[in-house]
Amino acid sequence: MVKFPRLKKFLAKFYIYLVLLVMYLPILVLMIFSFSPSDTLGNWDEGFSFELYGRLFRNEALMTAVGNTLLIAIVSAIVSTIIGTLGAVGVFYSKKKTRKTVETMTQLPVVNAEIVMALSLAVVFKTLNTSYSFFTLLIGHVVLTVAFVYLNVKPKLVQMDPNTYEAALDLGSTPWFAMFKVILPEILPGILSGFMIALTLSLDDFVLTQYLKEPSFETISTYIQKIVTKHPIPAEVRALTTLLALAVFASVILITIYNNKKANVVVKGRRK
Amino acid sequence: MKKEDVILELINVNKKYDDSFAVENFNLYVKKGEFVTFLGPSGCGKTTTLRMIAGFELPTSGEILLNGKDISQLPPFKRPLNTVFQRYALFPHLDVYDNIAFGLKLKKIPYKTKDKKGNLVTKLRKFTREEIDEKVTKALKIVDLEAFEGRNVSTLSGGQQQRVAIARAIVNEPEILLLDEPLGALDLKMRKEMQLELKEMHRKLGITFIYVTHDQEEALTMSDTIVIMKDGQIQQIGTPLDIYNEPQNAFVADFIGESNIYSGTMIGEKKVRFLGKQWDCVDSFPINEKVDVVVRPEDIKIKPLGEGNVNAKIVNKIFKGINYQFTAMVGNNEVLIQSTNDRAINQEVSLSIKPELIHIMKREFSTNRYSDAYIDKNNQVVFAGVSWDCDVTQILPGSSLNEEGYLISKDGKKYDLSDFDVIADIDMHDIEISDDLEDGNIVGEIIQMVWKGDHYQLIVRTEDEEDFVVDTVWTWNEFDKVSVKIDPKKIKLKAKADLSKYEI
Repeated sequence: MVKFPRLKKFLAKFYIYLVLLVMYLPILVLMIFSFSPSDTLGNWDEGFSFELYGRLFRNEALMTAVGNTLLIAIVSAIVSTIIGTLGAVGVFYSKKKTRKTVETMTQLPVVNAEIVMALSLAVVFKTLNTSYSFFTLLIGHVVLTVAFVYLNVKPKLVQMDPNTYEAALDLGSTPWFAMFKVILPEILPGILSGFMIALTLSLDDFVLTQYLKEPSFETISTYIQKIVTKHPIPAEVRALTTLLALAVFASVILITIYNNKKANVVVKGRRK
Repeated sequence: MKKEDVILELINVNKKYDDSFAVENFNLYVKKGEFVTFLGPSGCGKTTTLRMIAGFELPTSGEILLNGKDISQLPPFKRPLNTVFQRYALFPHLDVYDNIAFGLKLKKIPYKTKDKKGNLVTKLRKFTREEIDEKVTKALKIVDLEAFEGRNVSTLSGGQQQRVAIARAIVNEPEILLLDEPLGALDLKMRKEMQLELKEMHRKLGITFIYVTHDQEEALTMSDTIVIMKDGQIQQIGTPLDIYNEPQNAFVADFIGESNIYSGTMIGEKKVRFLGKQWDCVDSFPINEKVDVVVRPEDIKIKPLGEGNVNAKIVNKIFKGINYQFTAMVGNNEVLIQSTNDRAINQEVSLSIKPELIHIMKREFSTNRYSDAYIDKNNQVVFAGVSWDCDVTQILPGSSLNEEGYLISKDGKKYDLSDFDVIADIDMHDIEISDDLEDGNIVGEIIQMVWKGDHYQLIVRTEDEEDFVVDTVWTWNEFDKVSVKIDPKKIKLKAKADLSKYEI
């Protein structure tokens, strides 16, 4: 028997909002103070202004870092998504022994400490006498993220009716056609979320990037790290993080809307 | 039968996974327009056979001929067959129309045209949109789903999805339609309706249907021909009526419909003894042959005491709507009877069965016989992968073993029995099974169970694929792991090789 139903409900709600508040408050504070040009956070003396945003776009070194970050994130996410998806499909349709082996192997990068991965890749590149370049960094980011793509695509394959692929073959489609017209549309949500995770993992990666990048090549995280050793964090970084956070929010909302729309009952009109 | 009537022929088809056969020595021909059902319990190889016909599995050996041409190695997209899957396997991202049109859009049809020089040539073209539209509309009409074209398949009920799956297959006008337990996921009422509709569709379309089910009633209702399978092997092929009335063995009789199965003995020309009485029958078997007797519950008449052939006592009754189902005891034997007349429990009655309703089958197993047994150096008999400490003096009456292990005959001849081939027989009553796997000599799994009035007849299969047939009064379950215990003293041995060659 529930003694104080109202109180209980209130406490439950209070708790969840409290958790959400703790999670989002720092971001909110940062966003608010991105409109105050003061160098110290929490100082509102100079009033509301877009000055930090202006300074952000004028800071050439920072803008290059942003460009580099986006470049490596997008390229590595695309490569990871292609490799991870093909891998997941291939492994799903192979023998049980192969499947189990690959599955265990993909768990490793997920639980492995990033520093181990970074160091081992650095050692590999050194042994092969490769000089660090965009390419070595790309390999590093793909290694970091490909397992997450695999892990996002796999459940979609498992959920699929195992006969769907066979049904396509049965109706006269070649294995390639069935892959693109039947399997791919089915696992698309998994591929998309795999891509998003690969993108965000690569965006804020520091350890691996620091080890594998060309010395002159800076991403946001390595650039800030470099500055911080000598100077305070530049105030325009607040504007940058605000913009990044907004971009992430927007994409999360868009994906949610897309998924909900898919799940909703869509009754199309008759075709003619 | 004329050769041109045959559309599909399976010749010695085998499918082996690792070491065990999923389908063994499968031989079947299917006539054009026939409704053939593969019926059997789960794991009997019926779905594997269907998948080999569809092309999803390749046979380990054997041929599958479609219109006389071997298709057994063709990939599924090159076979003019279509499949309806158990869980529909519709494409969820496509609507009903696009699901049905999927195959049509891929299909290429030959047409005749004139090339530049004016010669008549045959080229391939795709269906036009209008043609596809017309065919899809027709297919939707056949499955009663007009006006559903634009619906998302995930919004349909199970029955409707099944109809879409059927439409998607028949729209391609396949030579044979393969159906893999298509009604398995539907509820009982829906299933009964769809059975009749499928039968009607088969009649109208004239396409050959090959249907897989484990539901014997479904098979009886729908098929022209039923293929009963067990353990990858065909047990019987026949019309529903043949299979119901003339089952070839106890497994078929037990699987199809309800039945009373008893062990009997032929005691004269068309006279059989079972349930402790003599009965007239219509089947001829050699006198003294041990046989299995099948009597359907609806074929047994309950009469007042003294008017029938054997006395029985009714111990249980269930009202089933159209009739009563009684269980009566004749001694230790249970008799299942269906009758429209009510009787009281504990009533003493008499039972009679018309001679033509007593079906007598050759007994598959009268004893466990191992004809590949031999005697090893230690005078132990080896068969089924185990050495048994039997009495080897049985092979020569009046003989004995001396202390060196040689067999000494009555008249003093000496034999070395190493590698001597023998036949070992074990009576079904002399085998015990136990769920303590350490208890017996050999471990196996129960693969078949038939109730024979007062005992079960089980088949226990060991890992080396050796079968033991066991009579037991205890209830076990199929797929139970048990150990088989045989008293070596009860194993009967007979010489297979010429003993004189082993004299020393």
